[in-house]
Amino acid sequence: MSTATLDGHAHENHGPGHGLKRWLYSTNHKDIGTMYLIFALVMLFLGGASAMLMRAELFMPGLQLLEPDLYNNLVTNHALVMVFGAVMPAAAGLANWMIPLMIGAPDMALPRLNNMSFWMLPAAAVMLVLSFIVPFFPGGGTQINTGWTLYPPLSVQVGMSMDFLIFTVHLLGISSILAAINIIVTIFNMRAPGVKLVGMPVFVWAWLVTAFLLILIMPVLAGGVTMLLFDRHFGTSFFNAAGGGDPVLFQHLFWFFGHPEVYVLLLPSFGVLASVIPTFSRKPLFGYPSTIGAMIALGSIGMVVWAHHQYTIGMSLGAVTYFMVGTILISIPVGLMVFNFIATMWRGAMTFETPMLFAVGILFMFIFGGLTGVMLAVVPADMQYHHSMFVVAHFHYVLMPGAVFGLFAAVFYWLPKWTGHMYDEKLAKIFFWTNVISFNVTFFPQHFLGLAGMPRRVVDYSPIFTDFNMLSSIASFVFGLSHLLLLYIIIKTIRGGQPASAKVWEGAKGLEWELPSPPPFHSWTTPPQLAR
Amino acid sequence: MSFKKIQGTAATFIFMLLSVWAGGAAAEMGVNFPEPAAEVARDIYNVHMLTMKIGTIIMVILFAFLLYSLYFHRKSRGYGADQTFHETWFARWAWVLVPTLVLSVDLTIANTAEKTLERIWNVPKDKDKNMLDVKVIGHQWWWEFQYPAQGITVESRFVPKEKTDDLYLRDVDHQLVLPTGRNIRFLHTSMDVNHIFWVPELAVKKDAIAGYVTETWVNLDREGVFRGQCAELCGTWHSRMPIVVASVSPEKFDVWVNEQKQIKLAAAAEATASKDWTKEELLDKGHGLYDTKCGACHQVTGMGLPPAFPALKGSKIATGLVTDHLKVVLNGRPGTAMVSWSMLNDLEIAAIVTYERNAWGNNTGDVVKPADVKSAR
Amino acid sequence: MNTSAHGQQAYYIPDPSPWPVIAMLSIFSIMVGTALAINGVGIGRWVMVAGFLLLITMFYGWFGTVISESLSDCYNAQVDRTFRQAMAWFISSEVFFFLCFFGALFYLRNIAMPWLGGEGYLAATHDLYNQFVAQWPSAGPKGEAFTPMGAWGIPAINTLILLSSGVTVTVAHWGLKEGNRQKLIWGLVATVTLGLLFVVLQAVEYRHAYHELNLTLKSGVYGSTFFMLTGFHGFHVTLGSIMLIAILGRAIRGHFSPHNHFAFEAVAWYWHFVDVVWLGLFIFVYWM
Ligand code: HEA
Ligand code: HEA
Ligand code: CUA
Ligand SMILES: [Cu+2]
Repeated sequence: MSTATLDGHAHENHGPGHGLKRWLYSTNHKDIGTMYLIFALVMLFLGGASAMLMRAELFMPGLQLLEPDLYNNLVTNHALVMVFGAVMPAAAGLANWMIPLMIGAPDMALPRLNNMSFWMLPAAAVMLVLSFIVPFFPGGGTQINTGWTLYPPLSVQVGMSMDFLIFTVHLLGISSILAAINIIVTIFNMRAPGVKLVGMPVFVWAWLVTAFLLILIMPVLAGGVTMLLFDRHFGTSFFNAAGGGDPVLFQHLFWFFGHPEVYVLLLPSFGVLASVIPTFSRKPLFGYPSTIGAMIALGSIGMVVWAHHQYTIGMSLGAVTYFMVGTILISIPVGLMVFNFIATMWRGAMTFETPMLFAVGILFMFIFGGLTGVMLAVVPADMQYHHSMFVVAHFHYVLMPGAVFGLFAAVFYWLPKWTGHMYDEKLAKIFFWTNVISFNVTFFPQHFLGLAGMPRRVVDYSPIFTDFNMLSSIASFVFGLSHLLLLYIIIKTIRGGQPASAKVWEGAKGLEWELPSPPPFHSWTTPPQLAR
Repeated sequence: MSFKKIQGTAATFIFMLLSVWAGGAAAEMGVNFPEPAAEVARDIYNVHMLTMKIGTIIMVILFAFLLYSLYFHRKSRGYGADQTFHETWFARWAWVLVPTLVLSVDLTIANTAEKTLERIWNVPKDKDKNMLDVKVIGHQWWWEFQYPAQGITVESRFVPKEKTDDLYLRDVDHQLVLPTGRNIRFLHTSMDVNHIFWVPELAVKKDAIAGYVTETWVNLDREGVFRGQCAELCGTWHSRMPIVVASVSPEKFDVWVNEQKQIKLAAAAEATASKDWTKEELLDKGHGLYDTKCGACHQVTGMGLPPAFPALKGSKIATGLVTDHLKVVLNGRPGTAMVSWSMLNDLEIAAIVTYERNAWGNNTGDVVKPADVKSAR
Repeated sequence: MNTSAHGQQAYYIPDPSPWPVIAMLSIFSIMVGTALAINGVGIGRWVMVAGFLLLITMFYGWFGTVISESLSDCYNAQVDRTFRQAMAWFISSEVFFFLCFFGALFYLRNIAMPWLGGEGYLAATHDLYNQFVAQWPSAGPKGEAFTPMGAWGIPAINTLILLSSGVTVTVAHWGLKEGNRQKLIWGLVATVTLGLLFVVLQAVEYRHAYHELNLTLKSGVYGSTFFMLTGFHGFHVTLGSIMLIAILGRAIRGHFSPHNHFAFEAVAWYWHFVDVVWLGLFIFVYWM
């Protein structure tokens, strides 16, 4: 195997740029990854703040804090900020930081495009915030009271802020598609000699599948909201029965995007688990090929079961049966992955540093959330659950543990690598326990609320639902505040702490641990030699 | 940092979680579905309980393995990692074994669900000549129930807190009355945005989609009052679209139908009578009608909820030309939430407009007569 | 330039560049501007125009940088593969964008339309429109009458035009590979001409639809799907033509070598993609 000799361009010796330009003009995967991660953290707090306001309003029956439209505007904003602002960018940040390190690449394949993918996000965030505040200006029209699903005809009624939201979706789409292209190409074309596709860390595989999903689904969402834009302003009839259209068409387009999207949120975090669990169990991942196979199967089946969000729209028996069976079958690949994780822990020599604590917590809570998902998938029963708080409980149980806690695990796992400092293990453990306990107390009661008949997206509810809502709200404030601790730990680690070794964790394996902590500005200017 | 302590806490916590879940499985705690009131609803209830039980069992098994491993396979207990575990025959075949196992559970679930599904989905409309059709029409933000064969319409609106303390948001002014022991077909549609008809005791949830008609059916098997709500986000007052079903015996249902017919005849007679309505009579009638029909958006105070719902108090329309005012009420305002109210009769519109022009300090002194409305149509 | 698999030359990592941020700013202002403009806010239009100008500057600057890097041999074979793969995946995402509209057409025509007309699972819907007969092309129960666009006039000619432009661009590619500059340039000139001709004919067709057929965006689902599908396609043809013109300019300046002409191939792929989409349009929108 040849080693690389550099030609006259001498790009090995330019370090980071200076000041603002370093970040604005960056072509460095680590800097861009850092920006993604910081952006995601900010958005987590923004989305969390809207959640706190929502929970405060739901603390007791009656209208206390928020007008109904403002409440639903917050719901919309909360969901979009969390999904598109917090989880996806955080996962993209991890991809940026870790994929080149893991596959021995000098950088992402298209560094400038990479920077553009990132910078579309702040633009989208500004647009999203505009869509939230425009109605408060004179002549700004009504607020977005549709929820993140933007169903017409309601979304056709909304004022001009809906147009801002539609363009937000376009910006997000551009960002995700470009990022996905970049990641796919990096994985296919930038591996160091000797790094085989089968053999790459599962995290890289998870992102490969995710990136494919993004390329397939984001354009469809963009198309759907474009039709919405035309229906709103140019008199088309896609979603209007008078002209022969159908409001349900939008639902199909949205969920064709929306269901694979939940696996876009899930998969990177599962990839992280596949790194974390073996490290702290001190033995290799159980069933590496089947984990990858399961991810591919999950992505494929995930593309064709979207209508389980629309069981009540009036679909024929054949169609609902198909979507029900398809959806239930998703438990097979997910079950296989979960099984592999448990089997990796089995007969390992486990220790419980914070990343591992989160990983274990995820297993418990995600299994539970996934099983409520299977309950929802059963059509007759979904006749009851649909659009109740039960659904809200389900998806926070899969979103928080499945996606967000996976990202927390990743942050604690790789923070020493990124900063060169160990984080404060004791504080981190306190964070884990307050976080996980208050999470469960927040969302567990919502199952009961849903079963007892409380619909979702209501600003006000009947007094019979008071007790559980109060419990949920109080816990959610603890939950929200616990994230301040996270922020503190991260800042503290960036500013200093015990120096981290290159390998950081005793059981860690993989190329990323062979570089010093923090890694040099340009990672693998010389491709690593794989002796294996 | 003592790992033992953490493990101990973890175990207690997980145990707590499990016991709460087991509690949830017990219907008595009032945290589960209410007692079903129809055969299909009972089937649905059973499917729900079945999947929940299967889920709980799977969860308990997996959690048991996890906990065992978490307790025993720890470095702090001196357990050495088994570096060959992922190469055993079990590891080589797990990718077949696990999916097969999961598949068989999946098929069990799907299979039981399928039978119930067919029963819910196959509306027995061809077989049953005695079927009662009810049209469920969603409006922002009230329900309209039409009984085409009986020629009756029920308008059902939420009741404000002052008038119904405990049942707040679960009570309406006019209930949907249905007979027991008879197949009832619901035909759902909507006049504006999507709504969803949901009464947990009936269980069959269905979208009311603007411009389309969807169907469901039930056969009520017990009397009672069942309360539900609109389950699709339909705008500002989505939270204020309760549904109350009064399930009564067929005899009582017939009595009720006759009553409703009488009321309808009386109202029609009143509207067409060539009576000369006084301002006071119109104001009185208008007040009641305004509060139920217009108050949701423009508020009983006339202050509205700008910008979506403009105030009528002191507004240009309500204090300007009568003809403009009538035009807005009769035709609505395209592109806004203001719909056409032309389905109301002349008397009703006259009363409402008169009220709006004289209430809340809009002292225009105008009296709008049914004849004025007629000519404005 | 070394082209062996494990290249001697290191993978080219560009220096920090202002273009990505400028790209963001331009797209952002286009979108804010459009959002304001379609709601009748005066400055929206100007924000939009500014955004477009910035966008053009950005393309000029960014691609200019790439071209000069390419000409000064910064790119090794691996970079070339990166570009190719990226372009392929970009086109895939575009395919899904069009599939979204084709899917909408399929749904509206074959699933929703029968319901409105009283057939299929939601047949009860027909009660709302008992006069309505579901027959494609349709403007829906409450739409105005119109004449649909026939397949065998301009659309058929346009099909021929696009198909032959696919041939000419391939001829140009052969020319490029053989090192035959004349063939390359005239192939490209023919392709550009055909592309522009297509756009002009499309405009004539739209004029005809609006003025003589009463077929507009507002003509119910037929009008909606017709104009959205053909409109987005026409937009892509326009973009493709502009890219071809740029490629033509570069070809005239002799930027391409028989072995190194990724930009040419990328645009050619794009052109073929536009071609294939048109075939779908011709069959499903005009013909069937
Ligand atoms: C990360 C996000 C995420 C994930 C991973 C999932 C996972 C799943 N979801 Fe969830 N879901 C959401 C996010 C997610 N969901 C969101 C956001 C919504 C609401 C959107 C909205 O309306 O706003 C939603 C709503 C939603 C609905 C619609 C409910 C309704 O509106 O009526 C349904 C219905 O089928 C559903 C099903 C499932 C299923 C079957 C899975 C499966 O993937 C779960 C698979 C996992 C397991 C099954 C557990 C592990 C497996 C085993 C232990 C093996 C053994 C198991 C068996 C034999 C069953 N989800
Ligand atoms: C990844 C996605 C994600 C995440 C992480 C979350 C996180 C949270 N969500 Fe969200 N949620 C959704 C996705 C997500 N949600 C979606 C898709 C919907 C559906 C929307 C729809 O119906 O359209 C939804 C809807 C939704 C509802 C239902 C609204 C309704 O139907 O009426 C509720 C109500 O409890 C809720 C609560 C919360 C809470 C308490 C958190 C907590 O996890 C938040 C954690 C808190 C913080 C991170 C706060 C940090 C900030 C501070 C500490 C600042 C201090 C400020 C104060 C204490 C005031 N969410
Ligand atoms: Cu009607 Cu919600
Ligand atoms: Cu889903």
